[in-house]
Amino acid sequence: MATGIKDKVAILGMGCSRFGERWDASPEDLMVEAYNEAMTDAGIGPEQLDAAWFSTHMDDVGVGRGGTPMGIALRLPNIGVTRVENFCAGGSEAIRGAVYAVASGACDIAIALGVEKLKDTGYGGLPVATVGTYIPQWYPNAVAPANFAQLAAAYQQKHRVEPDLLKRAMAHVSVKSHANGALNAKAHLRKPITEEQVLRAPTIAEPLGLFDCCGVSDGAAAVIVTTPEIARGLGKRDLVTFKGLQVSVSNGWELQSNDWDGSYVHTARIAARKAYQEAGITNPREQISMLEVHDCFSITELVTMEDLFISEQGGAVNDVLDGVFDADGALPCQIDGGLKCFGHPIGASGIRMLYEMYLQLQGRAGERQLPDPVLGLTHNLGGQPSQNVCSVSIVGREGA
Amino acid sequence: MIGIVGYGAYLPRLRLSRRAVFDANAWYAPQFAGKARGHRTMANWDEDSVTMAVAAARDCLGPGDDRSRVRALALASSSLPFAERLNAGIVAEALTLDERVLAQDVTGSQRVALSALAQALAAVRGGQGETLLLAADNRQTSAASAAELDYGDGAAAVLLGSDGVLAEYLGGAHRTVDFVDRFRRTGESIDYHWEERWVRDEGIDRQMPEVIAEALTQAGVEAAAVDHFIFPAAFAKVDTRLAARCGIPPEAVVDNLAERAGNTGVAHGLLLLAGVLQRARPGQIVLLTQFGNGGEALVFRVTEAIDHFRPVVGLEGWLERGREETAYTRFLSFQGRLHLERGMRGEQDKKTALTTLYRHRRAILGLVAGRCRETGEVHFPPSRISYTPGKPVQDSQESWKLAERQGRVLSWSAEYLSWHMSPPHQYGQVDFDGGGRILMDFTDVERGDISSGCAVEMVFRIKDTDETRGFNRYFWKATPLRDASQQPEKSE
Repeated sequence: MATGIKDKVAILGMGCSRFGERWDASPEDLMVEAYNEAMTDAGIGPEQLDAAWFSTHMDDVGVGRGGTPMGIALRLPNIGVTRVENFCAGGSEAIRGAVYAVASGACDIAIALGVEKLKDTGYGGLPVATVGTYIPQWYPNAVAPANFAQLAAAYQQKHRVEPDLLKRAMAHVSVKSHANGALNAKAHLRKPITEEQVLRAPTIAEPLGLFDCCGVSDGAAAVIVTTPEIARGLGKRDLVTFKGLQVSVSNGWELQSNDWDGSYVHTARIAARKAYQEAGITNPREQISMLEVHDCFSITELVTMEDLFISEQGGAVNDVLDGVFDADGALPCQIDGGLKCFGHPIGASGIRMLYEMYLQLQGRAGERQLPDPVLGLTHNLGGQPSQNVCSVSIVGREGA
Repeated sequence: MIGIVGYGAYLPRLRLSRRAVFDANAWYAPQFAGKARGHRTMANWDEDSVTMAVAAARDCLGPGDDRSRVRALALASSSLPFAERLNAGIVAEALTLDERVLAQDVTGSQRVALSALAQALAAVRGGQGETLLLAADNRQTSAASAAELDYGDGAAAVLLGSDGVLAEYLGGAHRTVDFVDRFRRTGESIDYHWEERWVRDEGIDRQMPEVIAEALTQAGVEAAAVDHFIFPAAFAKVDTRLAARCGIPPEAVVDNLAERAGNTGVAHGLLLLAGVLQRARPGQIVLLTQFGNGGEALVFRVTEAIDHFRPVVGLEGWLERGREETAYTRFLSFQGRLHLERGMRGEQDKKTALTTLYRHRRAILGLVAGRCRETGEVHFPPSRISYTPGKPVQDSQESWKLAERQGRVLSWSAEYLSWHMSPPHQYGQVDFDGGGRILMDFTDVERGDISSGCAVEMVFRIKDTDETRGFNRYFWKATPLRDASQQPEKSE
């Protein structure tokens, strides 16, 4: 019987580049930026790294297939670099690889780094990707906003929410994230916005407008992990440890069967249940201090609150409008601005979410520091509502 | 007895306002003021002669998806999308016809559908079995030309056989003369026309009466006994003039749909025939003729069985389903005559792996899913292992055709981000009656036509065009059920 990951692995150091339209930086520069911060924070040298996990998704744009881009950019001492891709959840997948390596005892210290260079395409939004030879022959030339907009259509239909009310709740999600992002010097979008601005913005994919969509950004983030014992031996105090680390991947049931109603993300519920069990959480709404969820679109964040069993089914609209997830609410969400404003460099996002949890748990989040957080949850979703990869991770103070 | 045992038609939903065309070009071509009335049918960007032929075939063959009785298939057109690749082969896959079907493309002249009809009737008489003859045209025209206003896009189908004959073939005649009223060299896209007066006086008026007289003699029918005279020509009044010259009663002349559809080229004779058969009474005589490098004439007598057959929608139904299009630039863009800025998202390579297409041709072209024998659950695309939660059964799926099944929209969106020929790009999840779900494109839709829960039916369309290599990808799309009894028409 597996005993899970709880408290077996600690964060030794983390780094995150400034996210945004980094016209000044190549993927190598972004990697170095995150790496330097993480290594300084960890207080170790490259020779102490045993293994590396490297997350990048859009290889056609900037980085390249294989582990060499990370090995070369960071001049790593010929350690193994495992490249992982798992749509937008690749960052969390890299973390999982590094954490499992340490937990297994195969490595003392491992690094996970995610990077994405999206702004070398010449246009806004995610790059147009190729998806093999069969899918393009029947599957719509789908784009992320329209894939996630369908969550809104189905959610509205299922819960009989008035379209205007749902639009307003979605707007609140974005207004909140912009307010948070304004306090984050590394964030891509740092301008507060109003509900009226959101509602009047041009439509991208009905019913999503411009401000319902997250930033598409360049950036990198890195985490160095080790055992709590080694961390303490290196002089670390107030350790942040992993409590639960779960990934769930679709098997086609949502996409092909007639049973899924389209109003929620099936894998998120599975990953959440398993992560809570692994972390020993029985009442997430009460026990978790803060959330970083995959707010690629405002509707995703709203629905995620139900998928994580934090809001009742159909209750997220009211929770959002009541300010539960605002910075001063009962359960702050996207305190760093989220994908919406911190930005979304695909392969780095899962690690960026962890970065905020780490800073908050160590009391190092500056102007946006929350009072005394104990447990943080990151939810990292890749793909689309009907077929995806969903990671739910829980981290917290050691022993919590 | 041999003859017609089924018929069908198809007209694209878009109806281009000729006034809108004229107004846009009036500064340049004021001479067309007299043509600035009525509408011409206009293929959507994802329609071509193959897709329209499939639609007409389905109108004829009906919703039953056992089509094993069709033993031969001919596709007649002057605008086939492929010069090399059997266009009728695409149609056969879309209709999920038996692979043993004899299939061919026929092209080369405006009258070629009727030549193919004569040949098919001979083959049926020789014991070939039921033969499906399709005709479709989607012709390119120059901007500010008469053809642009006169032509329309459309398709028609006739099923020929000896069982349940609706219209008995009595006889026919043909003439082959290298009379060049129009031509188009291989590789060119637009016909070159000679002067109308010459075509009318020296071509139609001199050649057609001989063909008609011979056909009537073959059939043993007097000209005065003709009840329906079909002579599709874009020229005004040439049909009544020809009828008078041949002794055919003026009231027998079948309206050529100039006002409501335009001339659909190779398809037009069979299209008008589909309209006639919908209203013909037993015993009536139909004289079907078409001109082109000579001419063709065939005579039929309507039988008592005529009321036992109904096309799914029928010509009248398609005529009524139109939606007015007043954006002339949309027409030019769909015709490929106006290159609109696409942005970088429009640069994606659409190369098709032909190996993959072949392996999955039944799923892609025929919309054939896999239904699990054990659970009854339907999988699209079919797979070796079923998705059933907790019960991943292997190799249990049997062919399950979805094309003739209706569906309901589970979720949808209309997006403006990607490049699309006719924005917004609308797609969503469709749940099929009897099981199965596909995330698929919607077509023939305006904003507001799609909503969660709305009923849809399947249409065979172009999915993507590979302009670099000149290849069309075909697949099925969902379109709102237009049957008034099932769903109100919103956009008109």
